[in-house]
Amino acid sequence: MTGVDTKRSAAETVAGQRLALLRRPERPVHLSVTVALVLFALFGLPPLMNGYYTGYAALTAIYAIVTLGLGLLVGRVGLYSLGQGAIVQIGAWTAARLLFGTAQPYWLVIIEAGLVTMLIGGLIGLPAIRLRGLYLALITLMLAGAFTVVLATVNFPNGGGGFTGYNGQQSHIPPIRRPSFAGDAVGYYRLAVVVAVIMFILVYAHLRTRPGRAWAAIRQSEPAALAAGINTTFYKLWAWGLASFITGIAGGMLAGQARYLYSYNFTTQDSIILLAVALMGGVYNMWGAVIAALLMQMLPAVLQQQGVSYAWLDILFGIGILQVLTTAPTGIADQFPRDMKKLGGLIWRLVRRPGASSAGGKASAAGSATGGTT
Amino acid sequence: MIEVENLTVRYGGVTSLDGMNLVFEKGTCGLIGPNGAGKTTFFNVLSGFVRPASGTVRAFGTDLLAMTHFRRARWGVRRTFQTEQAIEELSIYDNVAMVTSPLRGSARRADVLAAIEYVGMDVSPGTRVGTLGAGQRRLVEVARAVAGKPRVVLLDEPAAGLPEEETTHLAAVIRGIPDYTGALTILVDHDMSLVSAVCETTAVLDFGKLIATGSTASVLRDEHVMRAYLGTAEVL
Repeated sequence: MTGVDTKRSAAETVAGQRLALLRRPERPVHLSVTVALVLFALFGLPPLMNGYYTGYAALTAIYAIVTLGLGLLVGRVGLYSLGQGAIVQIGAWTAARLLFGTAQPYWLVIIEAGLVTMLIGGLIGLPAIRLRGLYLALITLMLAGAFTVVLATVNFPNGGGGFTGYNGQQSHIPPIRRPSFAGDAVGYYRLAVVVAVIMFILVYAHLRTRPGRAWAAIRQSEPAALAAGINTTFYKLWAWGLASFITGIAGGMLAGQARYLYSYNFTTQDSIILLAVALMGGVYNMWGAVIAALLMQMLPAVLQQQGVSYAWLDILFGIGILQVLTTAPTGIADQFPRDMKKLGGLIWRLVRRPGASSAGGKASAAGSATGGTT
Repeated sequence: MIEVENLTVRYGGVTSLDGMNLVFEKGTCGLIGPNGAGKTTFFNVLSGFVRPASGTVRAFGTDLLAMTHFRRARWGVRRTFQTEQAIEELSIYDNVAMVTSPLRGSARRADVLAAIEYVGMDVSPGTRVGTLGAGQRRLVEVARAVAGKPRVVLLDEPAAGLPEEETTHLAAVIRGIPDYTGALTILVDHDMSLVSAVCETTAVLDFGKLIATGSTASVLRDEHVMRAYLGTAEVL
């Protein structure tokens, strides 16, 4: 009854107070940890890494953008794409072509690569987003396969003439240029991190505002979204376009990182691996994208350095997917902190009561078993 | 005012609404009938999820059937669903704010918060809906239906599965919707005590046809209505 009898003006006063509460940053600790990690990645990490790891760290930052886009599609809107590898290729090809063919500044080329990819991705998305689940995954997988074939014939630009910019006769292939301020490995790594951070902020801004609400509604219940006046096709296309845009930018960054692009470096399998690591990292959490990129780029690099064949990863990712599907649908990004909290609680209990009774000891042992296996 | 003329809906061989003629004037109107009478189908026609085979629906002079579903929502049709559709991963505020609104900026935010206030939520608007109980989720859905200046509010069994105490609160909320928003409110429910507590007028559907309409008290005493519900009038 109270709510009904409340007069409007009174409601607005209370509403104003609650609004002020809402505007306060949600998790200040979370924010400061994020800032600290980004600063560490920018300034703390480079001196600790040799050239080998710096290159893979740059790739990790770049692929974090790709998995962020994929996580957005899968986790926030419920669109399963198995064609993100092809979208990366479109961005990389466009950027390489523009970097060879024009003298435009690097940042402009990257943005253009993103826009071109968004346009092509949007054209593909227009029919594709009318499908859901398995069918969308199949269509996008076929698309990825088709792109691999097209690129195998057209090849990546290597400074030649014509539309494709490819010259098979060339014996001295010039590298794809980098911006002057990020010419060396460390500089380019820092640039990649900065670009990734900007893309994360872009996606975060979307998630916190109207598109984010619309996507959440579409994912859970399209009828509810439609009944609330949300144009579901438009918002799905928006998500698709945004994911294509940031993935295109990642592709553009990849061109500068690799310096020489060959079509055989890009396989259709990449698209499948991308979905696998994105799911393992966690698609409902933006940290999941970073974890996914680490799994996809940094883990093979580490294994290779240790002399372990990274073919093992295919098995590991297979097991990882099983694990995600059976015990941790939200991925490592959500599961890990929860487990750490459990572990912390366990340690706290042990520290607080050093000479715990046998009953307490049993409870702790049970706690550690769950903490250890999950 | 909603005027329905000759509305017919067929699903394959099943005629769900059979030449329905009905006028909802204003205030809170009830729509009752046995299972399969066509109540939810009627809501689906109004909100655009079902295309009728024939007939017209005019709401305040506008031809509703000419618009697609999300445009109807923008025009001012709001509805809740039989199975509650609050979005779990969003906060209460975001659940209500996702609804279309002619308002912008701070006026819009104030409208959203006022709607949450109006339905009598006793938790912070920042609370995630996934953590709420069934009754509060229903209230979130109702808040979404009254935010953003609605013209027609359709409530499909909002009290289904709620305990008596929460139903009483919900009844007060629903009764106040026409005063709060100025919207014509139509309530579908099986709970006759809720319908008689909330609705001034009630229409009764059976097998897709209107069998009675008028003030709620007189409709509930109607012989045809009793027969439709109980199979025979002699029982009473």
